[in-house]
Amino acid sequence: MRHILSLLLENEAGALSRVAGLFSARGYNIESLTVAPTEDPTLSRMTIVTSGSEDVIEQITKQLNKLIEVVKVFDLNEGRHIERELMLVKIRAEGKDREEIKRTADIFRGRVIDVTDRIYTIELTGTRDKLDAFLEAIDSAHILETVRTGASGIGRGEWILRV
Amino acid sequence: MQLSGAEITLRCLAEEGVEFLFGYPGGAVLYIYDEIFKQDKVKHILVRHEQAAIHAADGYARSSGRPGVAIVTSGPGVTNAVTGIATAFLDSIPMVIISGQVPTRAIGLDAFQEVDTVGITRPCVKHNFLVKDVNDLASTIKKAFYVATSGRPGPVLVDIPKDVSQHLAEYSYPSSVSMRSYNPVIKGHAGQIKKAVQMLLEAKRPMIYAGGGVILGDASQLLTQIVRELGYPCTNTLMGLGAYPATDKQFVGMLGMHGTYEANLAMQNCDVLLAIGARFDDRVIGNPEHFYQPGRRIIHVDIDPSSISKRVKVDVPIVGNLADVADEMLKQLHASDAKPDPQALAAWWKQIEEWRGRDCLRFDRSNTEIIKPQAVVEKLYEVTNGDAYITSDVGQHQMWAAQYYKFDKPRRWINSGGLGTMGFGLPSAMGVQFAFPNDMVACITGEASIQMCIQELSTCKQYHLPIKIVNLNNRYLGMVRQWQELQHGNRYSESYMEALPDFVKLAESYGHVGFKIESPADVEGALREAFALKDRTVFLDFQTDQTENVFPMVPGGKGLSEMILGSEDL
Ligand SMILES: Cc1ncc(C[n+]2csc(CCOP(=O)(O)OP(=O)(O)O)c2C)c(N)n1
Repeated sequence: MRHILSLLLENEAGALSRVAGLFSARGYNIESLTVAPTEDPTLSRMTIVTSGSEDVIEQITKQLNKLIEVVKVFDLNEGRHIERELMLVKIRAEGKDREEIKRTADIFRGRVIDVTDRIYTIELTGTRDKLDAFLEAIDSAHILETVRTGASGIGRGEWILRV
Repeated sequence: MQLSGAEITLRCLAEEGVEFLFGYPGGAVLYIYDEIFKQDKVKHILVRHEQAAIHAADGYARSSGRPGVAIVTSGPGVTNAVTGIATAFLDSIPMVIISGQVPTRAIGLDAFQEVDTVGITRPCVKHNFLVKDVNDLASTIKKAFYVATSGRPGPVLVDIPKDVSQHLAEYSYPSSVSMRSYNPVIKGHAGQIKKAVQMLLEAKRPMIYAGGGVILGDASQLLTQIVRELGYPCTNTLMGLGAYPATDKQFVGMLGMHGTYEANLAMQNCDVLLAIGARFDDRVIGNPEHFYQPGRRIIHVDIDPSSISKRVKVDVPIVGNLADVADEMLKQLHASDAKPDPQALAAWWKQIEEWRGRDCLRFDRSNTEIIKPQAVVEKLYEVTNGDAYITSDVGQHQMWAAQYYKFDKPRRWINSGGLGTMGFGLPSAMGVQFAFPNDMVACITGEASIQMCIQELSTCKQYHLPIKIVNLNNRYLGMVRQWQELQHGNRYSESYMEALPDFVKLAESYGHVGFKIESPADVEGALREAFALKDRTVFLDFQTDQTENVFPMVPGGKGLSEMILGSEDL
């Protein structure tokens, strides 16, 4: 099953490679990994999307907790949570397609952030499924380039992941 | 007070009470070596290869319980050390390694003798640090010792660029450390412990399985008390030998791939299993699917949560410091009204005695023609009154050492269990002899393994280490030959050791004493003579039976009850 893990880790050189190294050394899946500093500059927040059986996820969580620079690990699947991913996509938009593509982007609440007379660059945020659905809605021959950040996740309501 | 990074390093080591620094110099650590020269608190031991520096620090740590400390230079110094570091990592040995690095301004430029030390060692250390600022040096070394020795212990490396060892900083050694991201668990959960004790007392066919964690956690005495009070059978893993006294009647021997018949069958057939400081690894339980037994309940005590339910699902997990958990278990045992069921226990022991009656470790003791390797270990046990520190290399000789030398005390049996590193035996014996200069230290080895760190005979000479090297020389990579015989149709691919040196002359050329022993009648005499030479390194080259195999054996991928007891089972 797909799990979203939220981590707080020391904002130090090398912490990211320890996490990435753990996943490759032990053969765990990584669907995506995002990381950036938090409001406390000594801490980074990481979101890892992974998949595996319950046993594997339990091991992943335990192994992450063993890394010295990892301060907190939380499996967002354990509670209600929100997941968002940002995508930038360059789409060939010429002639009669222009209107159609714009309309599709509107339906998905995408924004056109750059325009030439042949191309739209569209920004879209949402869950993985929503971004996938948008790409499916566009004729694949028109899709020139996609950049996706991978998911960031946060718990719903008043629950907060902190040190 | 302003001190150089090099001086700070030595001050910190002295603060930590480090007696010995095992190492080898080179360009990137020259400032540190200069400080080694100028002080007399920390004694530097010059080995002949960096791998040996780490193994020596490792042997020192395993035998004494104190962290081992080593120093190597950048580049090849570090890469040579990696085998040793991985060896210590897989067996959870507390150790601090100082490595030199090229100057900070040269890092990343493929400088002379530059390797990404932090990157290369990352998967085989508990943690590592690159110190980029001399002002962080003292606190980093403090953290290194703290991380290495607390929780589940392990090696920690501190990489010090050359300019950092030269720069000046205000020195003060922190008196304590706190790291928000590292808080090893101490106390086990009292409720879980209570559940475990109840489960143990309800058992009809109980079994206690103790591993290396009991030794690392200094919990042997408490474990022994628990086992004795309950009257239950106890087995130790290869790493746990000595955790429970081997000569005690409740000890059923080592378990696992080359464990005893009684230990493996009791393990397989028990109804309540207490696993303590052990991790159900593949050399111990074989195939987890075959190990599974419906109705058997498992209690697992370990300091590392990730060891629990990794290969085998357990019913009562307890995470904590083993000595604390064992202590709490004892208290709860005493407080409980329930007692072990005497009838069930008697029936269980009767069954175990029947298994024990197979005498699975018997071998041809009456042979007068050819030296049986097992007989050498048995004699070594007799001659040393079971009181020696025994290190070993890896192979058949290691298993015979584990099977036939009865360890009654923890920290006496020193071997590379996790990584299985040939070359470990001699350098680790040096570390032990430094820790215990007046005790008997023997290295049980094979003619192949000993050649992997043979250069350390020179270190033994320099420091007058009276180690006895017991070479079980079968002219084969014996363990490889055994697998080829049993599983690869007798195709002995590259497992014959040709062109062996004359070990007696070799030992003599290093300034030591060497004996070659070819007849069973001479085994005991040679051993006695060797140990009588109290201040000499002695190389005993026993010419042993070339075809002997280690039994019992659980073939790879099989379950514990699918043991081969001897060649008659094949
Ligand atoms: C560094 C290293 N290389 C290879 C091996 C694989 N290996 C395990 S046992 C063994 C043979 C050891 O031969 P020897 O030291 O003569 O001991 P014996 O088995 O004959 O007692 C080998 C090659 C290993 N464990 N370590």
